[in-house]
Amino acid sequence: MQRFTELYRTLDQTTSTNAKVAAMVEYFEAAPGADQAWAVYFLSGRRLRRLVGASLLRQWLAESSELPEWLVEQTYASVGDLAETIALLLADRVVPDPFASRGLADFVEGDLLTLRGLEHDHARRERVTGWWQTLPYDACHLVNKLMTGALRVGVSQTLVATALAQVSGLPRPVILHRLMGEWTPDAAFAAALLAEDDGAAVLSRPYPYCLASPIERRPGELSIDEVAEQLGDVADWQAEWKWDGIRGQLIRRQSQTFLWSRGEELITGQFPEIAKAAEALPDGTVLDGEVLAWQDGAPMPFSALQRRIGRKKPGAKTLADYPVILRCYDLLEVGGVDVREQPLALRRAQLESLAATFPDRLHLSEVLEATRWSALAEQRQDSRERAVEGLMLKHRESHYGTGRKRGLWWKWKIEPHTVDAVMLYAQPGHGRRANLYTDYTFAVWDGELLVPIAKAYSGLDNQEIDELDRWIRRNTRERFGPVRSVEPVQVFELAFEAIARSTRHKSGIAVRFPRIRRWRKELAPAEADTLASLEALLP
Amino acid sequence: MRPSDLALITHAHADHARRGATRYIAARDSVPILRQRLGEDQHIDAVDYGEPIPLGDTTVSFHSAGHVLGSAQIRVARDGEVWVASGDFKRDDDPTCAPFEVVPCDVFITEATFALPVYRWPSASEVAREILDWWQANQRAGRPSVLFCYAFGKAQRVLAELAPLTQQAVYVHGAVQTITELYRAAGVSMLETLPVDGRERRDYAGELVIAPPGAAGSRWMRRFKGAQTGFCSGWMRVRGNRRRRGYDRGFVLSDHADWPSLLATIEDTGASRVLTTHGHSDTLVRLLRERGVDAAELDIGPLEGDEDVADAAVH
Ligand SMILES: [Zn+2]
Ligand SMILES: [Zn+2]
Repeated sequence: MQRFTELYRTLDQTTSTNAKVAAMVEYFEAAPGADQAWAVYFLSGRRLRRLVGASLLRQWLAESSELPEWLVEQTYASVGDLAETIALLLADRVVPDPFASRGLADFVEGDLLTLRGLEHDHARRERVTGWWQTLPYDACHLVNKLMTGALRVGVSQTLVATALAQVSGLPRPVILHRLMGEWTPDAAFAAALLAEDDGAAVLSRPYPYCLASPIERRPGELSIDEVAEQLGDVADWQAEWKWDGIRGQLIRRQSQTFLWSRGEELITGQFPEIAKAAEALPDGTVLDGEVLAWQDGAPMPFSALQRRIGRKKPGAKTLADYPVILRCYDLLEVGGVDVREQPLALRRAQLESLAATFPDRLHLSEVLEATRWSALAEQRQDSRERAVEGLMLKHRESHYGTGRKRGLWWKWKIEPHTVDAVMLYAQPGHGRRANLYTDYTFAVWDGELLVPIAKAYSGLDNQEIDELDRWIRRNTRERFGPVRSVEPVQVFELAFEAIARSTRHKSGIAVRFPRIRRWRKELAPAEADTLASLEALLP
Repeated sequence: MRPSDLALITHAHADHARRGATRYIAARDSVPILRQRLGEDQHIDAVDYGEPIPLGDTTVSFHSAGHVLGSAQIRVARDGEVWVASGDFKRDDDPTCAPFEVVPCDVFITEATFALPVYRWPSASEVAREILDWWQANQRAGRPSVLFCYAFGKAQRVLAELAPLTQQAVYVHGAVQTITELYRAAGVSMLETLPVDGRERRDYAGELVIAPPGAAGSRWMRRFKGAQTGFCSGWMRVRGNRRRRGYDRGFVLSDHADWPSLLATIEDTGASRVLTTHGHSDTLVRLLRERGVDAAELDIGPLEGDEDVADAAVH
């Protein structure tokens, strides 16, 4: 474990990407296969399925530290990370690491995963608190991290792939593709990951997504002339509506179907109607598209789709009330052949001919015709009415890239709605923001009353966050657990994408993606917007 | 602080010393820094630690707090009852100031900046070692090391703790240099310091630079190409505080009492009543009450101390 602990410490102690990649390369070059595989697993953000419940760990922590439970809770709330809180409270001694010479895989498979097999909580308690009592700080922190959740040490899957590409001499996209989907972290996987040729493609494995960059400037949006100048001839670009659903990749191989989300979760079971429709596709077909709740030829509000996301096995009523479709916009595999390197125009032509045989629940994303940028801009004005977020612009010559490659795909979103609202409540953030009040609730006027309309926790810079944090501490009216109500005097401009009626909110409305645009110190609370002005925006 | 005729000053940090009084009393070692911060024209009376001062029907005395050079606790006695206000204090060794003195009292007003059990300090000499290792590793990589420290107190403590370990000179920001000279005049031995000259174009590769936290991200920083950054503060005990700010390294070094010291000190004073200010005041009060101590939060209005808010601005 010593090598992996050292890697974790090195990654944690630098903000330089090059230094992080170098540290990973050094680790991967020295580690045996099974350790490599587990390191990739944890570094790329994967986590073990729950081994011990957090509330049990907190109870054991209170017992081990001999501190009252409320104090453990307060301390945890301030630190924001349970693994770290435990190490800070218990593992402060300078002692040799008893696990130093053990490999990562040996520890994970031998000591961590087997926690699940222990029949009684007291056996689990004995093993876990034994670590807390014997490990030095860094090892204790790391073991707790592996046990409780993701590593979060400032490396992404892409960065891990960069290091693996260096180690193996393979192109990074190949590594990224091999890391997609579900796999078992063992020596065989590590060997296949770094091998010249990993043999037959794994049946369920999805391709890395091609992501779009926003075409905008902060603040404000680009004029048509600026867009034209940036992108060139409109004829080079394929324009489509930008749908507000869940990005999905539909795979049909060897008579089996897999639907993957952007977060690489298998969601085939959640959307049986799409899985059923996929049976009509020829073997060796992979489609990229958007899962949408769809009725009477139009998308339903996002809240309808939300009803479906949480249901692993939706019932007949849910299926009937919130029907879904896959709006397909790209074709990645044809007849079992990866076509991502072909230009978009070619992929589109094949997609269109395939779409001629699409069943009911698979839709082809239409291409918007325009000979001038101004004509596209005009169509974009209809976005809100069509319940889309704006336009997608994809270069007709572009290949299907891996990740966010600037210049291949652009999203040209419509300007969000804005509202001036008053801050009512604040509560501390999580993780690295646990010491600061960073989550806020905002309200607008309904007659003499301020009614909450949105929670937002992003949009301010660090300096403003600090300033606001100090202001909140000095202007608290009441405390409700971690939440403070504050003097209703600070006004903020919020931006949001869409607005819908809601019976779950006291205000009767729900806004989508609210975030802070700016702190309007110049406005008095009376100048904030009213509920009536928000209701006027309802579709 | 409200304007008043007389102000008794525990130490010269901005949250404990403000303009507006007609007369100040402060511990002798604190006076030069106080003058630098409040202005040369102020009326400040210097007193020695332990020297009794009759004030109305009370007797007041100043006692070392171990926080920064010249820092004091203030003892007030009347009719046999003794109150002590700790100001900011610590119990750890510090080569730049006199050690904390336990002053027995009936009522103890204590700071509670770090009153959570995760805040426990490693020894300062150990931390100085870590800083030196970090500096040397950056030196080998040909990078400058920029260490952010509060300009008054922390910066000088780092320079003094490093002195037995190396002979190399350290570059300092102007705000640090001013106070460092006052410390030298008081006889504190520290590493040699060189000013970061605004006009001079030089290469800082391999050098250690000490700057106040407010300089982070400023234009001033641009001259240190490829710099690794570190921050010295008790808050660095918690990883999230460091990561949120994007420092490469956090060094756990505080001029405030850690959790065990707070509890020990309260016990050492023998106080039957404890009042708390700063930071996690409410936590400390609740714990003391559960242990049967008469404790309450002292409401003295908003205070923003040198380390009261994580990453607070410089002063
Ligand atoms: Zn202070
Ligand atoms: Zn203070």
